[in-house]
Amino acid sequence: MATLELSGIEKSFGQTPVLHGIDLRVADGEMIVIVGASGCGKSTLLRIVAGLETATAGTVRIGGRDVTALEPADRDVAMVFQNYALYPHMSVFQNMAYGLKIRGLPTAEIRRRVGEAAELLGIGALLERRPRQLSGGQRQRVAMGRAIVREPKLFLFDEPLSNLDAKLRVQMRAEIRRLQKRLGVTSLFVTHDQVEAMTLGDRLVVMHQGHAAQVATPMEVWARPADNYVAGFIGSPAMNFLEAALAEGGAAAALKAGPTIRFADGPRPGADGRRIILGIRPEHVVPDPAGLVLDLDLVEPLGSETVAHGTLPGGEAFAAKLPGAAVSPGDRALAVALPPAAWHVFDAASGRRLDPG
Amino acid sequence: MNRKVIFKGVALPYLLLLPQLLITVVFFFWPAGQAIWFSFLRQDAFGIRTQFVGFENFADLFADPLYIQVIGNTVVFSAAVTALSIATALLLAVLADRQIRGAQGYRTLLIWPYAIAPAVAAVLWIFMVHPSIGLLGQALNGMGIPWDYKLNGAQAMLVVIIASAWKQVSYNFIFFLAGLQSIPKAVLEAAAIDGARPVRRFWTIIFPLLSPTTFFLLVVNLTYAFFDTFGVIDALTKGGPAKSTETLIYRAYIDGRVNLDLGSSSAQAVVLMVAIIALTAVQFRFIERRVHY
Repeated sequence: MATLELSGIEKSFGQTPVLHGIDLRVADGEMIVIVGASGCGKSTLLRIVAGLETATAGTVRIGGRDVTALEPADRDVAMVFQNYALYPHMSVFQNMAYGLKIRGLPTAEIRRRVGEAAELLGIGALLERRPRQLSGGQRQRVAMGRAIVREPKLFLFDEPLSNLDAKLRVQMRAEIRRLQKRLGVTSLFVTHDQVEAMTLGDRLVVMHQGHAAQVATPMEVWARPADNYVAGFIGSPAMNFLEAALAEGGAAAALKAGPTIRFADGPRPGADGRRIILGIRPEHVVPDPAGLVLDLDLVEPLGSETVAHGTLPGGEAFAAKLPGAAVSPGDRALAVALPPAAWHVFDAASGRRLDPG
Repeated sequence: MNRKVIFKGVALPYLLLLPQLLITVVFFFWPAGQAIWFSFLRQDAFGIRTQFVGFENFADLFADPLYIQVIGNTVVFSAAVTALSIATALLLAVLADRQIRGAQGYRTLLIWPYAIAPAVAAVLWIFMVHPSIGLLGQALNGMGIPWDYKLNGAQAMLVVIIASAWKQVSYNFIFFLAGLQSIPKAVLEAAAIDGARPVRRFWTIIFPLLSPTTFFLLVVNLTYAFFDTFGVIDALTKGGPAKSTETLIYRAYIDGRVNLDLGSSSAQAVVLMVAIIALTAVQFRFIERRVHY
């Protein structure tokens, strides 16, 4: 059990900067999910915490102790890898006992801990098997077990679910969350999957091009994204972005698609004509015969809801997620309203969120 | 996925196999069969009279104390060459695997000795270890260490072992390097996070995972030491001094080509054949079980 503090973590591979100063404070027992598209530096950040990569600048503190210069072995962390990285020549028992043996624990204690972890993960019957005799889900459990028995200060997960099939992934996701809560171990979880991020994390770190674009709880990231990248990354289908300009002294937005609509929560700073981006999630769009007419090109019925893709009069791509069968696949047009209360306003130049004030 | 091709009829598949079978029969089975047949015969030096003598050639061989000594030489020589070349190659491969920059050049340089003919390799070593013209030989004598592998049997053995092992290092190196690179990096990282230091990682993860490679090289190197070192020994010591570097293959050559005793030489070839078949069988039976694939 420990806290984790990252301050000013920078990393360059040769001339290529990968991380531009990441700051993060993780409370004891907290589960932080680092999420981002591939190449955003999320795995590098995790590997720096593990000690597998050396940061170009900045410090890593685990439980208050500066571990920046320490080898992975001396950091007391455990890691679950994307491809599990089980030792192929060892049995499941030996895989789980390896780290304990190195630490010189007595055999009885090793047996007890491995037995307990195996029981917890439901792999008690597999202890004599070799990794290649296991299914993907079982290997995943062994990798988890190997981390658990160590009773480390920190759990690190590097996209551990991405090699599993969809059904198993959902199941293991819930299991990891339950286990982490029960053991109360501070955890970092790296993923590119926003659903995993939303469901697993106490807080999310949304990474974008080597920066932490936003660090917040899943609901806050969803409800108040810090910039248009985060807004577009979290949520499925992705948020719609419409070009607009400030009007009426900042109290309204003049949409490229046509109408000028007043903000629901007060005027935004800046002169009229300041270029802004309006974001609205597809699920917040409502059908309205008097609204904007969407030229449909694809309708996806999902049963409980229907996703309609099309273009606005201004030519911008737009998606709407409507309950039930509000649109049928044969429809060519759909009139929608964009309720101002559901708007996210971003500055067009910087992409930052613009709040009233 | 079943990608087996089914031929109609049997003519075409046999026709396609024929070249390979022909080569095997003409160059392997025929000479081997002749060796076995000759080992039961005794010929005079001019090849005029031939007599069937049954197992007499074999009986004579094993009654000859010199032959027993040659067997001893071969065991020492083969074990030493195999151990030395495998250990050296493994060390170099581990070092090369870490090194990233210039690895290509390093690898190319290390493979060169394999491309050198045994006789040429032997001459290279003569220039190093010869007591009067060799750099190393001169240096040793200069330091007061009496060095002359042409007179001292133990020194001669050392020289042929080193020269033979040196030639095989590059071959082993290539296999070890490929083996090392096929070990997933994440497995080693997992071991590092589990607390294993480099030396421990080597012995508990890398070495066991390399065991298929090591096993393969063990078989290949022993066979090499038994048969392919003839050139090195012939060019360096000619089996001397006083037969101290004479191995089974060298003795078979001397008896057959120099002493023209075809019967005994063939019998020795058969002994060698049986020995290597037995050795390989034993290795596959007992060592392979402990190999982790």
